[in-house]
Amino acid sequence: MAEEKEILLMKGNEAIAHAAIRCGCDGYFGYPITPQSEVLETLALLKPWETTGMVVLQAESEVASINMLYGGGGSGKRVMTSSSSPGVALMQEGIAYMAGAEVPGLIVNVQRGGPGLGTIQPSQSDYNQATRGGGNGDYHVIVLAPNSVQEMADFVDLGFELAFRYRNPAMILSDGVIGQMMEKVILPPLKPRRTNEQIYEECPWAANGHGLKKRGPNVITSLELESAAMEKRNLHLQKKYAECEEKEVRFEEQYCEDADYIIVAFGSASRISQKAMDNMREQGLKVGLFRPITLWPFPSKELKRLSEKVKGMLVVEINAGMMVFDVQAAVEYSIPVQHFGRLGGIVPDPDEIVQAMEKLRKVAK
Amino acid sequence: MTREEIIQPGNLVYQKPELMNDVQMHYCPGCSHGVVHKLVAEVIAEMGMEDKTIGVSPVGCAVFAYRYLDIDWEEAAHGRAPALATACKRLWPDHLVFTYQGDGDLGCIGLAETVHALNRGENITIIFINNAIYGMTGGQMAPTTLMGMKTATCPFGRDPELHGYPLKITEMAAQLEGTAYVTRQSVQSVAAIRKCKKAIRHAFENSMNGKGSNLIEVVSTCNSGWKMSPVKANKWMEEHMFDYYNIGDLKDSEAKH
Repeated sequence: MAEEKEILLMKGNEAIAHAAIRCGCDGYFGYPITPQSEVLETLALLKPWETTGMVVLQAESEVASINMLYGGGGSGKRVMTSSSSPGVALMQEGIAYMAGAEVPGLIVNVQRGGPGLGTIQPSQSDYNQATRGGGNGDYHVIVLAPNSVQEMADFVDLGFELAFRYRNPAMILSDGVIGQMMEKVILPPLKPRRTNEQIYEECPWAANGHGLKKRGPNVITSLELESAAMEKRNLHLQKKYAECEEKEVRFEEQYCEDADYIIVAFGSASRISQKAMDNMREQGLKVGLFRPITLWPFPSKELKRLSEKVKGMLVVEINAGMMVFDVQAAVEYSIPVQHFGRLGGIVPDPDEIVQAMEKLRKVAK
Repeated sequence: MTREEIIQPGNLVYQKPELMNDVQMHYCPGCSHGVVHKLVAEVIAEMGMEDKTIGVSPVGCAVFAYRYLDIDWEEAAHGRAPALATACKRLWPDHLVFTYQGDGDLGCIGLAETVHALNRGENITIIFINNAIYGMTGGQMAPTTLMGMKTATCPFGRDPELHGYPLKITEMAAQLEGTAYVTRQSVQSVAAIRKCKKAIRHAFENSMNGKGSNLIEVVSTCNSGWKMSPVKANKWMEEHMFDYYNIGDLKDSEAKH
């Protein structure tokens, strides 16, 4: 175990594994897939079952992994899984069940290019799937988008906190760049796993038998055949999502105060955009960078506010254009909003972003 | 002797298990589910595990099992019950964790989860109701539908050229290193019910003693799906099902020699 505040060098995927152990995770269930297999490999090497008592299990599939999360989360435990795009596609049914049954849990998606088997190279093309609720029904997953190895480590605990606060699955939407690159990181402080007594207190709804003789049975289910009752349940979920949208929006601004143009980017695209912004600033162009940290709930109000003082926004994503529609809707189509992205696992170059900004400036004056 | 004199605690010979509530069951008259539910409720109470049990219910006729037994439940997606149970048992090792699944849930869509949970030797019990038909959706072909048997999706009878062969899941489970106890039971008579209850108790004890995974297949009737009276369905089961699905223990690593 690393000392407190010790600066370490590691991959984003490894940071996820270390952070899971340090923030009191009770169980990890996962299936190998590139480019995130280091999460399970690191946990297997660290053997947390001998130290914190955390369960680590290689499941038979991503379908099984997510249903292990459903089972474990439904019993009140802090459980997580990690995978990459095709594997997360397989998990969508289970995520919908978790949202429907209000089961907390943490899913890490280290995205790769698609569609289908696609490529093992990085991508951000699961944005729509993550932010719209990729399974059936009206639901949302709380989506955190880290752009550094440090945030990979920090968002594990935050993801669990949000998942339990809202009794809803939370997702860390990362990508192959953040998962594979090595950076300095200070691991989060060691937090013990909750005792069973703490779980009983925090999760009186959980199905673990505790106190059964003094209460009615706790049942974890998303099923309700009566339409009126099902509508009521859905309205309850919508109310919860509205509260989440009110309270949990997270974002970061760089040089937005005096900016004429703003780049909007998340995850690894925001790191590349930062370099592009620095280059443009050196040439005297007032460019800022707005980075949504929560992709759902989306920082729409903040973008709307910024749109009132800038000439245009460039949305840089490693996909064919997904978040760009959320940005256009947020600014209510009041200013030009353009998209730039690369596909197939190709990561954009800062110079390409500068060129895309030149195109935007021709239409936005 | 008056009625009041007869109704005394000392004269009690039978009662509904305490864990079974008064919610009206959705099962058809003659269905085996109610009997098996009762046995599960009795064994949990007899073991004193009421407040340390997690049941996992399936998709299929037993989807509402959680309405009838007053224990904590998790309602799984179709076929995924053994995955939920795996996590529950590993995270709560001193709890009794069981799944309750039908032939379609366990033997078709959830075959991977079932085989792998059993093969890992998860300390859980899987109760498997095999009535050779999809009851909940209205009587379609199951992986365990017998050769020649007519269902809504094989109206001219199960034909191996079209549909393949009925799956002997319990025989498969007996081959897996992780299983401790694999048995096939039925509940059509008092004697059979008693044997089935013993099997459930043995399996639950195994899973609490860390012996490995346990599978209890209960060969059952679906008189409405089979389009027979309950009495005739029981007779048909004995005459046809038992020939292919032989009753008895297939594996018992804890048997006294």
